[in-house]
Amino acid sequence: MTAATVTARKSYSTTAPAYTPAPQGKVSFSFRNVAKQFGGKAVLQGINLDVYEGQFVAVIGKSGCGKSTLLRLLAGLDKPTSGEIVTGVLEDDQKRTRIMFQEPRLLPWARVAANVGVGLTGIEKGETARKKSLEILAEVGLADRGGEWPSVLSGGQRQRVALARALVGHPSILALDEPLGALDALTRIEMQQLLERIWLAKKFTAVLVTHDVAEAVSLADRVVVIDSGRIALDLAIPVERPRRHASPELAFFERQILDQLYNR
Amino acid sequence: MSRALRSIGRSTLGWLLPALLLAGWEGASRAGLIPANVLPAPSAVGEAFWKLLLSGELIENIRISTLRALSGFLVGGSIGFALGLANGLSALSRELTDTTLQMIRNIPHLALIPLVILWFGIDEEAKLFLVALGVFFPIYVNTLLGIQGVDPQLVEMGRIYGMSRTQLFVRVILPGALPSIFVGLRYALGIMWLTLIVAETISASSGLGYMAMQAREFLLIDVVVLSILIYALLGKLADSLARFLERISLQWHPAFQTV
Repeated sequence: MTAATVTARKSYSTTAPAYTPAPQGKVSFSFRNVAKQFGGKAVLQGINLDVYEGQFVAVIGKSGCGKSTLLRLLAGLDKPTSGEIVTGVLEDDQKRTRIMFQEPRLLPWARVAANVGVGLTGIEKGETARKKSLEILAEVGLADRGGEWPSVLSGGQRQRVALARALVGHPSILALDEPLGALDALTRIEMQQLLERIWLAKKFTAVLVTHDVAEAVSLADRVVVIDSGRIALDLAIPVERPRRHASPELAFFERQILDQLYNR
Repeated sequence: MSRALRSIGRSTLGWLLPALLLAGWEGASRAGLIPANVLPAPSAVGEAFWKLLLSGELIENIRISTLRALSGFLVGGSIGFALGLANGLSALSRELTDTTLQMIRNIPHLALIPLVILWFGIDEEAKLFLVALGVFFPIYVNTLLGIQGVDPQLVEMGRIYGMSRTQLFVRVILPGALPSIFVGLRYALGIMWLTLIVAETISASSGLGYMAMQAREFLLIDVVVLSILIYALLGKLADSLARFLERISLQWHPAFQTV
């Protein structure tokens, strides 16, 4: 536990903000002393993190702090230089970690439903895949858009298709790399609500990398602040859901995170 | 005006200018402004067309020329496409062959005509070789460019979702390269006719180019003009066909969406 979490506990004594795992929780994935270097430059070092099944974790930090690298390691896109990442799911079940990027990365030459079907590669085929794709599209509010080309959708709608594609294979871990970063403020709030609703319904482990502190505290059970490649703060957000944007409770946590980020 | 009518109006608009030119040309010829031994009137060209059509000579020559053009295109196009794919997908293959191909590309293929005549005489092989060489490069270069231009983020996405190499190629790389491949196809079709006509004009005993050269020998200027008009039509036909294929297979592309 870092010094920052101790001070946090003093100032807000009734609900301990420092992260304590739920006793019945099973570990979804663990980072064990993970370090990552690119060309001799340490991007991440000494990362130890246990995330429990069904938890919503937000990872926050300034640009270049290594938060996206952490996510790419989790999704298996990069390998750690040292240390290890243990996932609770079986080794052959790699398909169950999905990542969503800032760009939707839809195939422009495939209709919306077929794009969602990409999420079922190696899992389902043909008519079943199509049925499942249309079902998940309905869940993200795009029930009647399965036959459209991605180019006619708005930015927010494209990102919802990307979310549907990530979810259609029922991942146990969903890694989100600033997926709302490119959206306008109002679409962003809608997407946050959609994300929360779907997470509550599907109970996957969500890891959201963001630079938006308000977004982190309004969505996450737990916020991890990364600074210069290390975990600087690991904070529980024990606020009841549904949460209201800009409520005083959330503002309290938000300030604490900002203080940590700017060393105030 | 209804929508359908308007769309017909649009598609005929492109033919308005050629029609006006023809009418002006006919008028000028009748009025004696253009002497018939310089440029015969369209009606005279039409008569020549009808005569050659009835004798079967025209159809036979078009058939021979088309056959040559298409077989050369098929040979050169498929080799270009295959090499473009190989060099786009494999760095080893690219390093091995690309330098050589780029050197050959800078030789104007028509400059090889004397050599080709020495090698193959004026038989079919000579035309086939020249056409194949001519269409090879636009197809090769644009296929390679198309594959290298595929968005690496989409390729990464495909990998994350566990696509096999074949799936990645069929679902991500090939469709991504297709717009560029079509550009190559349309260039190649233009070069295909150009090469064939030049080759037939210089060395042949049948075909459209031969027909035009024979007509020149006998001062049949109407047949010469007719041949030139047929080249224009055949070129336009090939281009329309390519555009039609393009519209069908690139429906997803915003540039081809009408709604």
